[in-house]
Amino acid sequence: MPSAAAVSFFRQRLTAHRHYWRSSAIGSVLEPVLFLAAMGLTLGALVDRGPGVPGGAGYLAFLAPGLLVAAAMQTATGESSYPVLGAIKWDRVYEAVLATPACAVDLLAGHLLYVGFRVATSATAFLLVLLLFGAAESPLVVLAVPVALLTGLAFAAPVTAMAARLEEDAAFAALQRFLVVPLFLFSGTFFPVSQLPAALEWFAYATPLWHGVTLARELALGTVDGGSALLHLGYLLAWTAAWAALAARALERRLVR
Amino acid sequence: MAEPLVRARGLVKRFGTYTAVDGIDVDIAPGQAFGFLGPNGAGKSTTMRMVGAVSPPTAGELRILGMDPAVDGPAIRARLGVVPQTDNLDLELTVAENLLVYGRYFGLPRAVVRERTAELLDFVQLADRAGDRVEPLSGGMRRRVTIARALVNDPDVVLLDEPTTGLDPQARHVLWERLYRLKQRGVTLVLTTHYMDEAEQLCDRLVVMDRGRIAAEGSPAELIATWSTREVCELRFPLTEGGPGPAAHADALAPLVARGLAERVEVLPDRLLLYTADGDAALSAVLAHGLQPVSSLVRRSSLEDVFLRLTGRTLVD
Repeated sequence: MPSAAAVSFFRQRLTAHRHYWRSSAIGSVLEPVLFLAAMGLTLGALVDRGPGVPGGAGYLAFLAPGLLVAAAMQTATGESSYPVLGAIKWDRVYEAVLATPACAVDLLAGHLLYVGFRVATSATAFLLVLLLFGAAESPLVVLAVPVALLTGLAFAAPVTAMAARLEEDAAFAALQRFLVVPLFLFSGTFFPVSQLPAALEWFAYATPLWHGVTLARELALGTVDGGSALLHLGYLLAWTAAWAALAARALERRLVR
Repeated sequence: MAEPLVRARGLVKRFGTYTAVDGIDVDIAPGQAFGFLGPNGAGKSTTMRMVGAVSPPTAGELRILGMDPAVDGPAIRARLGVVPQTDNLDLELTVAENLLVYGRYFGLPRAVVRERTAELLDFVQLADRAGDRVEPLSGGMRRRVTIARALVNDPDVVLLDEPTTGLDPQARHVLWERLYRLKQRGVTLVLTTHYMDEAEQLCDRLVVMDRGRIAAEGSPAELIATWSTREVCELRFPLTEGGPGPAAHADALAPLVARGLAERVEVLPDRLLLYTADGDAALSAVLAHGLQPVSSLVRRSSLEDVFLRLTGRTLVD
C-alpha cells in the first residue's frame, strides 16, 4: 500500500494534470489513434490481402492491442524523463516535498501512482476507440488496460532511475532515439518478431514491451493461455520491482545528501 | 534558558573531501530569531539543510525539537516550516493550490488546509492572486507564496535561507515586516543572510560563519561592541597615479594614532577607516594635522564592519 505521503504527491501531480490534461491527451491518445487509423485500416487492407499475420487475425485486430501497450510505454517514458529531472533540478519540486514528513521512497511511489493513472486513463480511452473500430475479437480485451498499466510501470521505473542520476537532459533525446523508437518499431507492435533476424528476435523477447504487447494481443484475440500469460506477467512484475528498487535508491542518493 | 529547539555540538558536514561545515556548536532558544551570517560558501545553507532534517550530518551531535534527525526526520519535519534559498513552488499549480496540496503532506484535514490557505494568503497579502498560476508572479510575490506555504502546518520553527536575496527594496521591507509579525507571535525564526541590515532588523542572536566555522556569536549590539568601535570615520583620498596613497596617509597619521586617535586604522585602496569611539573628534584631529581627504564620513559602526573584520574583504565565490 502506498503511504499517505505518496498519495499526497499523487494528488499534487493530479492537481497539475487538471490544468494540462488536454495537451497530454494528444500525445497519449490521439497519436496512437492516428497510427491505428493510418496503419490498421490502410496498410492493414494490404496485409490482409496477402498472407496476413500468423494466426489468421485481421491486421487491425493484430495491431490495435500492440499500439495500446506501446502507447503506454511512450506515455510512461515521457512522464518519467524530463518531468522527473525537472522536479529534481529545475523547479525543485521534490526538494519542497522532502521538506515535509515525506521521504524519497514516497516520492517514487507517488510518481508511479501518477504514471499508472496516466497510462490507465489513456489506455482506457484508446480501448474505447479500438472497440469503435471493431478491432477486438474477445471481451478479454478489457484486460489489455491493466497489461498496459504494468508495461507502463516497467518503463517508468528504469527511466525514473535514469533521470535521478542525470545532470543534463541530453540523454533523454538519446533514450528516445536509440531505445524507445526502436522498441516501438521492432518489439512486435507492428509485425510478429518472428519476422526479425534470429539475434534481434531474441533481443525482442528480453524487452518488457514485447511481453506486454504479446500478452495484450493474446487477450484481445482470445488466444491467451494461462501458462504463457503468467510468464509474461511474472517477467513484467519482476522487472518493474527490480527497477523500482533501483529508482528509489537513486532518488534517495540524489536528494538526501 | 529553556530547552533549546536546536542544539548542535561539533556538527560536521563533508561532501567527499570538501568540508562544508567544520565543527559548529549552536543553541537556538524557543521564540528566538536566530541568524547565520557569512559570505558565500561559509556553510550556512548546508547547516540549514541539516537543521531541516533533510541532510544527514557527517559527524557531531544534532538535536532538533529534542529529537534526533537520523531517527525522527519525518516527525521533526512535521513541525518545521522551510523557506529555501531558491523558491521551489510547483509552477504548474496556482498560488492557492500550492498551499492546498502542501498542507496534505502534514496529514491535515482538507477543511483545515483550506481555512489556513485563505488566512495565510491574506497574511502575505496575496489573497487576490489565489487563483493565479505561480509561473508569471514576480520574485517578491513568489517569495511570499513560499513563506505562506512554509506556515501551512503552523510550524514551531521556520527556517529561512536568504529570505530576501534578489528582491527589490519594497519587497524586502514587506517581507521583514511579515517576519517580524511572525516573531511577535512567538514563532522561532532561523535565518541565513549576508545582508547586515536584515540581520540587524530581525535577529536577536547571530553567529558569523566563515569557512565552515563559527567566527563570532552574540546579539547584533554585542557583536558590534566586541568586534568594532562605536563609530567609524571614513577618509577618502584621491587615487592619483604615483601620488601618495592611503597607506602613505596612514603613515602620516601614525603619531596621532599612537596618542589615541583611533583604536584601529584600516587601509583600503581608496580610503582610510578610523575605528574610534568619537568619529567627529577623530576627523577634527586629522584635519588639524594638515591631511586633506577629498571627502569624509563619520558614522555609527554596523554589523557590516564586524562581518568584514571577521570574514575579510577578499571576494569569495
